[in-house]
Amino acid sequence: MEPYLEVLGGLPTTLALSSLSLVIGAIVAVPIMVARGSRFLPLRLATRAFIDVVRAVPPIVWLFIMFFGIAETGVQLTSFAAATFSLGLITSAYLAEVYRGGLLAVDKGQWEAASALGTSRRDIFRFIVGPQAFRVALPAIATFAIALIKDTSLAYTIGVQEVFFHANSQAQVGAASPLLILVTAGAVYVALSLPTAWISRRIDTALRKKVAR
Amino acid sequence: MSLDLLSEWYEYLPDLARGVWVSLKLVGASLVLGLPLGLLLGVLSASPIWIVSRLSIVLVETGRAVPAVVLLQLAYYGLPSVNLTLSSFVAATAGLAWLTAAYSSEVFRAGVQAVPHGQKEASEALGLTSADTYRFIIIPQAFRIALPSLLGLSIQVFQVTALAFTIALPELLSEAYNIGYTNFRFLSVLTLAGLIYVAIVIPASGIVQAVERRLSRHIPSETG
Repeated sequence: MEPYLEVLGGLPTTLALSSLSLVIGAIVAVPIMVARGSRFLPLRLATRAFIDVVRAVPPIVWLFIMFFGIAETGVQLTSFAAATFSLGLITSAYLAEVYRGGLLAVDKGQWEAASALGTSRRDIFRFIVGPQAFRVALPAIATFAIALIKDTSLAYTIGVQEVFFHANSQAQVGAASPLLILVTAGAVYVALSLPTAWISRRIDTALRKKVAR
Repeated sequence: MSLDLLSEWYEYLPDLARGVWVSLKLVGASLVLGLPLGLLLGVLSASPIWIVSRLSIVLVETGRAVPAVVLLQLAYYGLPSVNLTLSSFVAATAGLAWLTAAYSSEVFRAGVQAVPHGQKEASEALGLTSADTYRFIIIPQAFRIALPSLLGLSIQVFQVTALAFTIALPELLSEAYNIGYTNFRFLSVLTLAGLIYVAIVIPASGIVQAVERRLSRHIPSETG
């Protein structure tokens, strides 16, 4: 039983890594989204290039750049910090596009009607367009969050002691059948994505009720 | 960018090019194996035989829910437990083919569902057999709908090949890591490797978008 419990011991680290990088990415995505829609052409193009490049490079390459690469500049990040920054960076690029899609999906008439009523731009965003855009973006955010949880397994390559790190090391030392250990690790990730999908569906239903026609 | 860096990168290029070649071969093998399997799983998951449909759904859902690195390691380190030892290339192909099959089966299924129902009814009215209806009417149209998604999936599979590093396959990332490990200049070589991924993925995505636009010419765009 012990090798399997060892695998579960990585759960707090996996959860911390997923939630931290999701929160960081979700916040950083806001200015990126704004820059992506800027009226200033060079900024718009530079942001687009940034988003494309971040998404084109595989996550494991970002992990290596942050961990092995950055160390050469004299800044040695801990493996956890390097993993959080890499996954946060990737999250910000993806979510910036998701937010943008959500905003674009809100009918232009909503802005026009709200400003005709004399609502300030900030209030329009906060009370009228923002909530509608969030409802549209939520399924995509949840899908991304699930993909992110799966990607945290890559952090084992730079030594973050999350679920897969323990599964891998238990399998390497032959503490238990590698097959069973790896299946256990796989099951942990499945078990983590199920509640994520469930919470997202619950929120979606709750939000949908408000706008049911 | 200094000239030193460029000449350094020039020295790395032959090794990295070899790695790119391995990555591309892996993508090819995974697609050749995974796409037909995906089509099969897509069909079988709608099978009236309970056990067949359940089993296909389980294969699809695990392929999607389990991290790719776990799939690769299962094939490489897990299968020897049941006396099946694969080389790293074969193991990587097996893992990625499973992933490809799982994701593409959903794409195929969505493609078939997107063909208007009237097409099927019209074929029946004309007396076509069910097999012929699929072969000549539904699948060709479904394929056209699914093509952009399948191409997008292929690009993702290319990005996932980087994980074959963890099972010692000498693909692009492994080659870059080995150079960095030898001369302790990780930043430079990893940046070059990243740029190579960018140089392949971004133009490929552009092509996919062009294909998508071309295939949907007959559909009036919503934005006008």
